Parts: sequence; structure tokens; C-alpha cells
Amino acid sequence: MEMTTPTLVTAAYLVTAILFILAFANLNKHETAKHGNYFGIAGMTVAIVSTIGLAIDRDGVDVLVYIVAAMLVGALIGIWRARTVEMTGMPELIALLHSFVGAAAVFVAYNSFLEAENFPAVKAEYERLGTEGIHNGEVFLGVFIGAVTLTGSIVAFLKLSARMKSAPLMLPARHWLNLAAVVVSGGLMVWFVIEPALLPLAIMTVIALAFGWHLVASIGGGDMPVVISMLNSYSGWAAAATGFLLSNNLLIVAGALVGSSGAYLSYIMCIGMNRSFISVIAGGFGTDGQIAGEAKDYGEHREVDAAGAAELLGNADSVIITPGYGMAVAQAQYPVAELTRRLRENGVTVRFGIHPVAGRLPGHMNVLLAEAKVPYDIVLEMDEINDDFPDTDVVLVIGANDTVNPAAIDEPGSPIEGMPVLHVWEAKDVIVFKRSMATGYAGVQNPLFFKENAQMLFGDAKVRVEDIIAALPVKVSV
Amino acid sequence: MRIGVPRESKPGESRVAATPKTVDRILKLGYDVSVESGAGEAASFPDEMFRAAGADVVGSEVWDADIVMKINPPSAQEVERLRPGQMLISLLAPALDPDLVAALAERGVTALAMDAVPRISRAQSLDVLSSMANLGGYRAVIEAAHEFGSVFTGQVTAAGKVPPAKVLVVGAGVAGLAAIGTANSLGAIVRAFDARPEVAEQVESMGAEFLRIDVEDTGPSADGYLRGTTADFDAKAAALYAEQARDVDIVITTALIPGKPAPRLLTEEMVASMRPGSVVVDMAASNGGNVAGSRANERVVTDNGVVILGYTDLPGRLPTQASQLFGTNLVNLLTLLTPDKDGTAVLDLDDVVVRGMTVVKDGDVLWPPPPVQVSAAPVAAAPAPVQPKPVKVKDPRRKFWYVGAGAAAFLLVAPFLPESFLPQLTVFALAIVIGYYVIGNVHHALHTPLMSETNAISGVIVVGALLQLGTGNTAITVLAAIAVLIASINVFGGFLVTYRMLNMFRKA
Repeated sequence: MEMTTPTLVTAAYLVTAILFILAFANLNKHETAKHGNYFGIAGMTVAIVSTIGLAIDRDGVDVLVYIVAAMLVGALIGIWRARTVEMTGMPELIALLHSFVGAAAVFVAYNSFLEAENFPAVKAEYERLGTEGIHNGEVFLGVFIGAVTLTGSIVAFLKLSARMKSAPLMLPARHWLNLAAVVVSGGLMVWFVIEPALLPLAIMTVIALAFGWHLVASIGGGDMPVVISMLNSYSGWAAAATGFLLSNNLLIVAGALVGSSGAYLSYIMCIGMNRSFISVIAGGFGTDGQIAGEAKDYGEHREVDAAGAAELLGNADSVIITPGYGMAVAQAQYPVAELTRRLRENGVTVRFGIHPVAGRLPGHMNVLLAEAKVPYDIVLEMDEINDDFPDTDVVLVIGANDTVNPAAIDEPGSPIEGMPVLHVWEAKDVIVFKRSMATGYAGVQNPLFFKENAQMLFGDAKVRVEDIIAALPVKVSV
Repeated sequence: MRIGVPRESKPGESRVAATPKTVDRILKLGYDVSVESGAGEAASFPDEMFRAAGADVVGSEVWDADIVMKINPPSAQEVERLRPGQMLISLLAPALDPDLVAALAERGVTALAMDAVPRISRAQSLDVLSSMANLGGYRAVIEAAHEFGSVFTGQVTAAGKVPPAKVLVVGAGVAGLAAIGTANSLGAIVRAFDARPEVAEQVESMGAEFLRIDVEDTGPSADGYLRGTTADFDAKAAALYAEQARDVDIVITTALIPGKPAPRLLTEEMVASMRPGSVVVDMAASNGGNVAGSRANERVVTDNGVVILGYTDLPGRLPTQASQLFGTNLVNLLTLLTPDKDGTAVLDLDDVVVRGMTVVKDGDVLWPPPPVQVSAAPVAAAPAPVQPKPVKVKDPRRKFWYVGAGAAAFLLVAPFLPESFLPQLTVFALAIVIGYYVIGNVHHALHTPLMSETNAISGVIVVGALLQLGTGNTAITVLAAIAVLIASINVFGGFLVTYRMLNMFRKA
């Protein structure tokens, strides 16, 4: 029996889908994570090679010119970005990559519409199958999801790279604006399904682009980890919508995998921040009203200098470091890793406690510490380390604020009440690295700074950690 | 300031309040240390070792020091030696011995009771009751093994089968848990009972079987100790003890309620029902005992040949280690009292730990302290003025309703969908479920690589665009070419950046 090219390609897509699932499954542990990436690359290679084969088979070998030209340029740009990106800039890069998927989805959906308009044979085929209406709906949804992903990701990129203010945009009646965008788009969809034309599609595209922009613009910088994984999810749904549109099962599978995984990840993030999933997804719902905590007098804070901190560390047996976004901003991961190495050489147990929403990207802190060659088995999750603080001599809070705020636990009515936090204050001594006494993203004062076992070390985290390393007493091993 | 560590005067006491190691740490806090000659003899710390550690070895003038640290409460003669302004740190049992408190107040001293440390997490490092109970629990098993005429571990030997000993530990506090661990590591079958059901997990983690009785929950106690029990509970517990007494070889009781006589757990009949040669260690003998017939500091043999040990000096039977732990607790207290490490003790009565321990301050009686309500068990105790939020109890059947309703709704809509649409929907739905389960296990540290990987995989949208390149329509070809280009950025950039990140993760 002779196998036709389309059949072969369908089989290749199944192989790819399985390889993608294996890629995700292997990414769940450090030991196998690299294998996961190889599975992903293998799957993508199979998919692209077989699709190019199908394209040549159908459209003739000339199409290869376009394919090679477009892919070569894309590959070069991608490789250049991936090789040069700083690990601290990872959130921006990932946000930008999301926007590309959204844009590609918009273009592919437009193309599918144009194909049906320009080639009567294509249209006739839809009519024969009775899926014309469904196809129109799919085009419409593909454009909508793609456009929202596109502008949403661009806004996220702009906020993360500080080209745009990270404070939430508070338009009056913004929830009504969102609702109106969805309702009007729904109406346009009905129009488009019945009478496919460029006009409703174009109007909706503009609305969707504005909607995506507004959705992310109204979310504050502190919620960025959720926004990023939410956009990740959207980009998956955009790919899945394209799959429906092109009746391509591979796109449906890959899109659904990415979409559901991103949604689940956002959900985990929301639990980590004690925020309602729906509120964040719907765009800044949780940030209604003013959230600045009422001015409460916590007393005086104490200051320590680098030499004092070095002395405390020199006498400690166990140290936990809890980094936050401030460590990324100050690029302090290298000196922190060096400090860790020095302390470990002196026989001090050093571990890291990572809050689920530390940084601007899920797992951001882990990547930064890994970059600076901190072994991953001393980098622990909040739940793994939270009970160990009472037995810890010194905690270094580096650029974290809300994630170590005791008000989340003992101050009912605080805006961050109920958010799980790292119990750093239970340790014997806490040293807080901070630029000033300003509040964190949640805009709440942190009573940790005024606890009697806490001391503030002001200044740039990178410089201060380097000062500590210089002042660290040299232990002569016997 | 100078710290004096006298020789313990209590007969039979072998511990000492400082060891060479703790002396070293006290000196680092800026104090001078005097140790009375011979103080550490019984704990295997001769005078030379103290001298080598930097302490002055002195005679009875040790009592002239600014701070006197010892283990046992001072005797009447020792109280006489104290002078106003001096600080005394030792066990004081202020709740049981008001006369001593009054006598200390009369001398005008400041007295800190090491047995009055509030049971909050911050104060754990000062808690001698815990550190001593830990050793006591260990020693209780060793004493029982010494009296017991058989072995603890079960063996099959050429000379026949040896059954393992069965040990019952009542009270799963620090001492009880230590006893469980020790008996378990000797190979015995260990069972344990405690009136606080919330300690079951700890008991099981130490390798014992937790015995349960069926009563209404009394609720966890706020201070980590057991509150009074109900009549129903007592009856059922008694039945349990009676049943266990007939079965086990060793019973170790550790039930103490602070400031009250120890609860009677094993009656005469229960002891009489035990097999001859069985051993009972009553760790509460000093407070009246948990076991009928036990006498403090004595070894009693009942008519039916059951040995009841009422030793109250179990930690002291491990003098070297007990002195080290007690001494470390004292150093931790001194660290708390000496924030500036300048050899000057500061009594900060706003600190609940210090306040709780301070029985007398410059002649004023401060006992009893205001209660400290900090849960020792992991209980979410909401602050009093706040209305606790009602916990929504989810009906476990809810999910069946959701699944059922969802399925019904889908089946209603499905007939209106074109046939070719359903297979796609099938693939879509199953892929969502797979995505959910596969991602649920991802280690948190790998979330960023996961995200860049999913980014690369989203780039698979390139295959859709590839097939639109060759339609011959210029507009379509241009749009498709742009889509191929940007999706390729994702594919190549996403995989490469994932590769870069994963290469950074390394193990120690």
C-alpha cells in the first residue's frame, strides 16, 4: 500500500504531538529537564520537515525559496536574541516571544479568511462539508485571541523593560470597557459568521488589540509573574484556535498543552499570592481602590553596616537567603553566589528560600541563582524551608519585601492578609538589604523591618554584598 | 560582669551548669567566668579543662560572682550566700515552691527560672525542660532495658526464636518521643498513647504505633500541654491502659501537667495484671507518679514481680551530655540577655521570654508572669478581636454534579455541531487534560525554562503559515511569510534559551 504525503504528514504530526508531551513530562525534574528540551526540539524538527515536504508536494519546489528565506531570517534573529539575553532580562524576552505567537495567529487567521474569499474552490469545499459557519467562527476567534495576546504581551514587555510605568492603569469604568469590548466583539462575530466580510473582522481586530492592551495595562507590576504565565496560556489558545481553523490536529494538541499548562501555572501563582485567579485573568480586578496600608507606627528600625553583617554571618551556623526582585534589579546574584560559596567553605549551612512569586517571572530567582552557579539543591521552595527558620541563625533578605511581610499573617485587614509568606522573622537575626524604607509593590509597610531581631542594611544590594564578602572574617581551617 | 558556676550541692547531682565548651561561648559574650573547683568532676569535666577553656577555678567565693548559674534550686544555705543585686539563674520551680521565691525576694536578688521558659518557638533554644526531657526519655528506656530480663529486638537464632519486647509509651511529649525513638532503635515493638490526638503524626514519625480511642475531640491546647480531660475520655483511656498492661513488657509513663500532681494512669490492678519481669518506668514520680506504687527515686518490685522505677534523676544519669545541653541552654539565655555582647546582662521585661522567666527582680516578686498564648501545636489561632472567617465546607459530591452538568450540556450542544468538528474537539479536550496533569508536577525552580519551552512549542504555529506560502495570492504570501518569520524566532529562540538556562542548573 502506498502512503500518500498527507497521510505521512498526519502520522508525523502524531509523532510530534507525543514528542511534545514527552518534552513537558521530562521538564518536571532537574535531572531530566534537558532531555525534555531535546524531545521538544526533535518534535519541532519532525513537524517542520514534514510540513515543508507537504508544502513542496502541494505547491511545487519553488515555495522552498520563501520558506528558506523567512525561516532563515527568523532563526537568525531568534538565535541572536537567545544567545545575548541577560538572565535578568528573561521576563522581557519571554513576554516578547508571546507577542510573536499572537501576531502569527492573527496573520494565519487572516490568511485563512483571504483564501476562502479569493479561491472559490476552498470556499466550495467548506460549503460541501457544511462547516462554513464554523470556519468563519474559527477565523474570528483566532484573530481575537491572537490580537489580545499580541498587544497584551507587548504591554507586558514594555512594563518589564521599564519602557512603560509598571503601576496599573486605572481608567474610569474600566471593567465596563472590557465588558463592552467583549460584547461588541460577540456581536461582530455573529455578523461575520452569517456574512463573512473584511469589515467586521477588521473592526474586531482593532477592538481586540485595544482590549489586550488595556487588560495588561491595568495590572500592576507586582502581578507580573501571573500575567506572564497567563499570556503564555493565551499564546497556547491562539495556537489551538489556529489548529481548529486549519483542521490541524498538531496545532490543536500543542496549543491545548501550552494553554492548559499556562493556565495551571497562573493558578499556582495566584494561590501563592492569595489572589483570585479570575480577578487577575480579567485584568486588575483585585486592585480596586487604594491599597496603601494605613500609616501605623511600628517604632524604630535598626541599621547595621556591612562589617556588622559580616560578623553575624561569621558566627552563624546556618544561614537562609531569601531573594526577591531587588536582587535581579541590582544584578546581585553573582556576589550573592560568591558569599554563599565563602560561607559554605567556612562550614556554614547556606540555603535559599524562594517565594513562589519572587521576581517577575515564575521561577525567575532560580534561573538567576543557577546562572551564578548556586547549586540547585540548596535552593528550596517556600513550603520546604518555612519550618526551618526558628533553627536558623541569620536570614539575609535581599531585595524582597512583600514576600517576607509578617503582616500577611498577623495583621487582619492588611491588603496582603492571607498571602503565604516566608517566616524569616522567626530566625535569630534577620538582615534586610534595601535601598530605603519605601514600601513594596503591594504598597504596604513591612513590620518585619521594625522587629527587634531585624536590622536594615541600606544601599545597593550588589555593593553591600560585596562589602560583606570583603569584611568576612577568614576562618583558618585546623 | 563575672559569672559563677558553683558545684551542685544536691546529693546525687552529677551535672554542672557549664562545660568547657559553653565557657568559651560565655567568654565571647564578654563575661568572666569562675567555676568552683570540682564542679564538673562527676560530669567528666575536670578543673583543668575549665582552666584551659579560660575560666578561673575558685573555691566557695564563686558565690560572689555577679551572676550565679546552677542547675538545681539553691539550698537554704546557698540562699544565705546571695546578696542584693546578684542574679541567680537555675531551675526554681516557682509554682511549686513559693517559699523559695519569697526567700529569694528577701535577699534582694534577681532570679531567673530556667524551668519557666515560655513555650514559644523563639524560646526553644533556652528550654531546659525539653533538652532534659529528651535525655530523660532516652535514659528511661536504657534503665528499663537494664532491668528487663530479655532482649528488645526480636531474633531467630540457632537456640530458638526470641520475641521482640513490646513497649508502651504514655505521653508523647519530648520525653515520650525520645523514649519511642530509643526503644524503636533497640528493636522493640513500640506503641504510644497521648490524650492529644494531634501528636499522632509525630508518634508515627518516630516509629511507634499511635493508639487511638474514640472520644469527641478535646481540641488542641494552646500552650502545648494537655488540659483536663473529660470523664468519658478517662474511662476509655483506662480501658486502653488495662488492655495494654496485660500485653506489653515495658511501660514508660511521661504524663505531667505543669503545676498539678501527675495524673494517675496505671492503677494497682493494672500493674498486678502485668507479667512478672515486666518493667514500668514512671517519669512523673517526682510529682506523685503516673503509676500506682511508684516511689520517687526508688526501685520498687511488686508482689507479682513487676519492677517500677521512679528515678527522678534520669537526665542526670547522663551527666556529660546533660551538662552540655543545660549549659548550652544557659548560654542561649545569656546571648538573649546580652544584646551588645559586652558582658553586661540587660533584663528586658518587655520580652515575653525574659518576662516569663524572671521570678524575682531586685527583690520584687514577679511570679506568676502574664500568660503567653503561643500555640506549640500547628494550630491557626486567630487573634481574638477578629471574627474568624467561616470556612466553606465543600460538599464532596459537588464535583460529580459539575462533571455531570458539563457532560449533559455538551451532549445537548453536540448534535448541532458539524460532524468533522467533533474529532478536533476530542483531540483538543484530551490535550488540555494531558497538559494539566503533565505540568502539575513541574518543579517550581523550572518554571522559567518551562515557560520558554512552551514558547518554543507555541511556535509550532509556523506549520500553519508554511502551508499558506504557496497559494499564489500575493497578500496571503506576504502575511504568511511574516508569520513564518516571527514564529521561527520563537522556535529557534525558545529552544536555544531553554537550553542555555537548563545548562546553568547544577547540583552541589
